[in-house]
Amino acid sequence: MEIKTLGVSCSKCKKLSERTERVAKELGLTYCLEKVTDLEEIMSYSVMTTPTLIVDGVIKASGNVPSEYELKEILKEA
Amino acid sequence: MFIFEWINSQVLRMDWLSDLVRFFIQNILGQDMDMKVVASIHFFIYDVIKIFILLTVLVFVISYIQSYFPPERTKKILGNMSGLKAKFVAALLGTLTPFCSCSSIPIFMGFTNSGLPVGVTFSFLISSPLVDLASVILLASIFNWTIALLYVGAGIVLSIMGGLIIHILNMDKYVEGFVTEHRIEDSKKIILTRKDRLSYSFEQVKEVFLRVWVYVLIGVGIGALIHNWIPEDMIIMMIGQEHWWSVLLATVFGIPIYADIFGTLPIAEAFVNKGVGLGTSLSFMMSATALSIPSLVMLKRVVKMPLLVLFTLIVTTGIIIIGYLFNNFSYLVI
Repeated sequence: MEIKTLGVSCSKCKKLSERTERVAKELGLTYCLEKVTDLEEIMSYSVMTTPTLIVDGVIKASGNVPSEYELKEILKEA
Repeated sequence: MFIFEWINSQVLRMDWLSDLVRFFIQNILGQDMDMKVVASIHFFIYDVIKIFILLTVLVFVISYIQSYFPPERTKKILGNMSGLKAKFVAALLGTLTPFCSCSSIPIFMGFTNSGLPVGVTFSFLISSPLVDLASVILLASIFNWTIALLYVGAGIVLSIMGGLIIHILNMDKYVEGFVTEHRIEDSKKIILTRKDRLSYSFEQVKEVFLRVWVYVLIGVGIGALIHNWIPEDMIIMMIGQEHWWSVLLATVFGIPIYADIFGTLPIAEAFVNKGVGLGTSLSFMMSATALSIPSLVMLKRVVKMPLLVLFTLIVTTGIIIIGYLFNNFSYLVI
């Protein structure tokens, strides 16, 4: 599973990365997590709000940090 | 009219809370409210609780409304307009943007990339930190409705003028190249259910609360200090009404500060109570919230120096003008 978090060094973005990692570990997934901070690359995903969570190329959340429960659902589905 | 007054004093100003805290301090702790320390403690407890209550309720309600106006929608609405009308609507929609400043840069890039003129985008960018629904209600709570509405009016006019000047001076060429180089497809819309909106609003409250509580404590603390400990003469000597430099000093002092409206309002309130001009106090508040070193550093990554300097100049000048206007005409509204 390929997980990406987009965001430029703000507290919300850090929180998203941390929380996602924690939930992914808890679910015992095999994954790689990439934190995208480059503005040009963020733009290429055509999102207008950060932080953004992308799982296997699909935007799953944008502009907010999902709760652990929601993250579990998102990662289980993917 | 009676109901209106009751809402103002009990719901917005929370006079009941002030009385409750006073009762607690006087009758349960047995302290004398005439003592300076006790009065400071009263002000601190009352203001902190009041701001926390307002913050929680407001952020929840506003986040819910905001979930209907994601930037993608704003972009679409603005794309169909032009000229002054576009800037006006951009400034209005700026009041409805989410709280986190970390989104302002992606929004800027998304708007500019889709072909919106830089002037319109800046109208949006100026109004978004300066005026939001929460600040209006808080201003109404601490001062009154006339002042709150005038503040919104001033903020929106400033945003429109800022966008207009940037448009007239043809600043489009000072946006970093990569922002407009490749046309980006619109992202797929995420469809939200009511449950999503509620959980989003709840998360927002949690997030904003954790982010600003320290600033609120510091802000109210400084407010309490000014309120009871710093001699009025000293403050008046520095930034009193009659000095021509007061507004200037307050604005420049506020620029580097990175603060939230929730933290700066108690300071502004304490200033006004000490006899500092309303305009001077609002100028400090506006420049502390609208301009900050971190946000300018972020903006620098997407626009070139001339545009960044122009933006800072416009906003600073605008805030100073608003300050002088409020100082000179505040006798009409207080």
